[in-house]
Amino acid sequence: MRIDGKGLIDRDHAVRFTFDGQTVDGFRGDTVASALLGAGHRLMGRSFKYHRPRGVVTAGSDEPNALMTIGQGRHQRPNTRATVQEIYDGLQVRSQNRWPSLRFDVMQVNDLLSPFFAAGFYYKTFMWPRAFWERVYEPVIRRAAGLGALSGQNAPDTSERAFAHCDVLVIGAGPTGLMAALTAARAGADVILAEEDSRAGGRLLSETEQVDDMPGPQWVGDMLAKLTALPNVRIMERTTITGAYDGGTYGALERVSLHTAPGDAPPECFWRIAARRAILATGALERTIAFPMNDRPGIMQAGAVRAYLNRWGVVPGQSVAVFANNDDAHRTAADLAAAGVRIAAVIDSRADATTPGDWPFYPGAEVIGTKGRLGLTEITLRQNGTTREIRTEALAVSGGWNPALHLTCHMNGRPDWRNDIAAFVPKPDAIPGLTAAGAANGTFSTARCLAEGAKAGEDAAKVLGFKKKKTDLPQASDTSYTLEPLWAVDTPGRAWLDLQNDVTTKDVRLAAKENYRSVEHMKRYTTQGMATDQGKGSNVAALAILADATGRTIPETGTTTFRPPYVPVSISAMAAGASGMGFAPQRFTTSHDATTERGAPMIEAGLWYRPSYVPKPGETTWRQSCDREVTMVRTSVGIADVSTLGKIDIQGPDAARFLDFVYTNTFSTLKEGRVRYGLMLREDGHVMDDGTTARLGPDHYLMTTTTAAAGQVMQHLDFVAQCLRPDLNVRFTSVTEHWAQFAVAGPRALDVVNSVLDQPVDDEDFPFMACGAVSVSGTPGRLFRISFSGERGYEIAVPAAYGESLFRLLLAQAETSGGGPYGMEALNVLRVEKGFITHSEIHGRTTAFDIGMQGMLSKKKDFIGRAAAHRPGLLDENRQRLVGLRPTGASRQLTAGAHLFPANGPRTPDTDQGYITSVAWSPTLETYLGLAFVRNGPARLGETLKMVDHVRGITTTVQVTDPVAYDPEGGRMRG
Amino acid sequence: MASLIAKTPAQGLLPVEIGSTRLEERLYDAITWVAPFDGQDDAVASAIGLPFPAAGQTTGGGDRRAVWTGPGQALILGPAVAPEGAAHADQSSGWAVLSLTGPAARDALARLTPIDLRDASFPEAATARTLLGHMTVSLTRTGPETYEIMVFRSMTRTAIHDLTRAMKGVAARAAL
Repeated sequence: MRIDGKGLIDRDHAVRFTFDGQTVDGFRGDTVASALLGAGHRLMGRSFKYHRPRGVVTAGSDEPNALMTIGQGRHQRPNTRATVQEIYDGLQVRSQNRWPSLRFDVMQVNDLLSPFFAAGFYYKTFMWPRAFWERVYEPVIRRAAGLGALSGQNAPDTSERAFAHCDVLVIGAGPTGLMAALTAARAGADVILAEEDSRAGGRLLSETEQVDDMPGPQWVGDMLAKLTALPNVRIMERTTITGAYDGGTYGALERVSLHTAPGDAPPECFWRIAARRAILATGALERTIAFPMNDRPGIMQAGAVRAYLNRWGVVPGQSVAVFANNDDAHRTAADLAAAGVRIAAVIDSRADATTPGDWPFYPGAEVIGTKGRLGLTEITLRQNGTTREIRTEALAVSGGWNPALHLTCHMNGRPDWRNDIAAFVPKPDAIPGLTAAGAANGTFSTARCLAEGAKAGEDAAKVLGFKKKKTDLPQASDTSYTLEPLWAVDTPGRAWLDLQNDVTTKDVRLAAKENYRSVEHMKRYTTQGMATDQGKGSNVAALAILADATGRTIPETGTTTFRPPYVPVSISAMAAGASGMGFAPQRFTTSHDATTERGAPMIEAGLWYRPSYVPKPGETTWRQSCDREVTMVRTSVGIADVSTLGKIDIQGPDAARFLDFVYTNTFSTLKEGRVRYGLMLREDGHVMDDGTTARLGPDHYLMTTTTAAAGQVMQHLDFVAQCLRPDLNVRFTSVTEHWAQFAVAGPRALDVVNSVLDQPVDDEDFPFMACGAVSVSGTPGRLFRISFSGERGYEIAVPAAYGESLFRLLLAQAETSGGGPYGMEALNVLRVEKGFITHSEIHGRTTAFDIGMQGMLSKKKDFIGRAAAHRPGLLDENRQRLVGLRPTGASRQLTAGAHLFPANGPRTPDTDQGYITSVAWSPTLETYLGLAFVRNGPARLGETLKMVDHVRGITTTVQVTDPVAYDPEGGRMRG
Repeated sequence: MASLIAKTPAQGLLPVEIGSTRLEERLYDAITWVAPFDGQDDAVASAIGLPFPAAGQTTGGGDRRAVWTGPGQALILGPAVAPEGAAHADQSSGWAVLSLTGPAARDALARLTPIDLRDASFPEAATARTLLGHMTVSLTRTGPETYEIMVFRSMTRTAIHDLTRAMKGVAARAAL
């Protein structure tokens, strides 16, 4: 119902939206909740477990009942609080958790079965029969559970993530926060003032308080004008601080454009804010009182009734009753009466209370029951043993206020209990750098909130070295807060505590009776506090009931801890930008376009995109292309982009000594113009990486690493240079990106190489493992004669600006000799045929000895990993050591990952002889080839083993061979 | 004899203007990594004609700048240098240099970079090795509203994707 002349909404701008398909009219500034109340809708949802009719209870972020689904299709957002969602033209709002309609919900039958749904019922049911667990119970429970539903479509990834920095973060822009922001900013600090609501002002927007002789909202407007005039103040409205983290970092969720129709602007932004100091000015959240049937639509927090009246100009009914244990009862009645609303009753649980108006007044009384299934119609009160029914459409309830201290517990702190306000308050320094002030700190008078806020801002600025400037304190009321704790009315009947998870006082007492006496157990057993509102309206009351039921005080019973986030945060906000291509950086080589133009499918190696194979027209399977490419390299020539391998440029008087320290073999003896294969160990004696290093000059080397380990090796070298050997005069940097590098491999490789060089080279200039500077079609480059294919091979490098051009030229030249590009599959087959290892073999648990390279461990010098590598256990011949495999079974198959067992006898973990690391179909030898690690493998050549692939269900026989299947002498490479 | 054709990292992808923010490619004649050997800092500085920058700093400006990139090392942007007494390597093809400019450039960067971009912590001529999204970059403030972002050549497309996404979000917010 609308009250003329009340509210801060903009009555000049009408707004129309729909609720469950019905048109509703409101005004700009209305939330869904205020507009629905204004239009006479009290019924807004159905409770989670019992499907009881529910209405809105609060006017803010702590709303447990009025959860709506807004929007359609991809833009659908479930569990949106009607108290937070601002209305706009065309907004579609739907209630949740009911079928077929809100007024008639089939599942309300659960309410009749409530005795079977008491706390912990799911621990005692759904047990038998076992076969039903997955096939019946789980699907049925899944369908019944939950409140709102997702659309099932991919959500648009249009939100943002961002970072912000400040000197002082003020959390909350009520009277406390506004003063804190002003004093801190006037002292010179950079201030971020974050306000969860759509506008600053806090409770001043909802009360009829005067500050400095003007209405609260007007004073707020003046403060905002002062703050926005300061260049060092940043006001962030619609921004909830969601979490307090290490080092003064705070998470925050900003509702950027959810108050407008979906468009180009990000719906939300998730912020990470770094603040040197922070002030918690989050105010307090009201709690109600538990009494039987206290959950009907129309029963609300008294503070919410005042907010709806004063800020939005609406009331939840033609008549309102009030029930409280503190003076808010009278303040509520006074505001309502001044607006012309009929007061049905003022019920104050304190026997000695008085009231300032001539409305029906019942001191020392309590509400013990209510009527009105789809909306409150009547309450029953008890006073001095007599009961009375009172007809009313709304009941405003206040049990007192709980400081909103959740953030202070995010680093595992627990709050302190204060008996005088019967509430928890923040423990000082629970979050380093964060100070609480105002109602968040248990201070409830406006004047004292203003003073505390001003001081908190000054103190924060002072600690940071700023000089405070005098700020006058505004005049405001300084009424004291007196209450008599009343958590639950002592009378039989179901009384709700946690409205969202449908937890009653009976459930908490049952938990205690069944010996779930600790607050942590009570929470999980009853699910109190575990819904989307995280128990904001019920935690303290449930705790009080538990304390009473277990004969302890409230501080003795303690609290569960609070964890971020303070409000639900959509994953699309926290992960903004991370869907699809945005998930990870994509690294493209200079040959990328030329390769994808030919239809090559790409695979990811680290973050790099490399071609799997490069199909020719007519080829329909990867094997066709791969087999052709292997044969092409062995008989003609192939071109592959090897730019992705790490290239580290190492220079300095001590460069050689540095390499001798990190490699197992010796590089100080390498001649200029030559390349050597090197092995690098970790300090524990296992292989870290292998690669080739070239000597380009007296003090100049170029190291290569495997693609995916490039970053790791670079980090390792940095660690060695900075921490282990700072005595060495050596400098190095990654040049992976600067050089585009292409392998040219095959019997015709030299012809192709010479076709692009300005000066041709021969085997005298470039014997196997030589390197040097060359001129490549007018561009200075480098040539290396190394081979990973086992054929005559070269790698030719030019600055990446020329990479694409050189690649296309090489392809054109190769194709004139029957050659062409080859991809990663063929590259892998070629090296398996030669028994060359990759990180499939040096996977982190193998040593030089395991791969047969113990000869590369120099006896003449120290190197990283030397001592550990010589431990007897790492040199035991019965270790699993590198061999080759060929299939001998009828199926002629080998699969990577399969395990190897003796040909006869049991196959158990004890008899496991090893495993296969790499497998390839060799078109050259027309058989599958494998590389494997087998116990004492090199001594068992010729032996037959059983291959068992437990994952794919394949069992066959194999023969142990030397790892090198093709051209064991290496003549084709060296020739 | 054929001549190889050169391409810049962002060829064909820039410039892009969204709202008041402009993203374009910046080209230098050369980019050289320089790391003086022990005790050679002064000699190297005079050889390259610029003071060797301290951590977080750049020296020079305009078409000739030295950018600190790590302990004892810098990238020299502008003319090619080969100073004695230092390790040096041509990195001209290794980096994409992107220039982001406009009154909202800082806001766009704030979507991607965790460092403190306020004037006191990141004034003109300041530089940082930091993150842009998931990429490590060298970020330099070259003017009141201008930033130069150096990113690995291979990640140019991702950098442009992430920056234009941020620019769009900032512009769309301003239009609300």
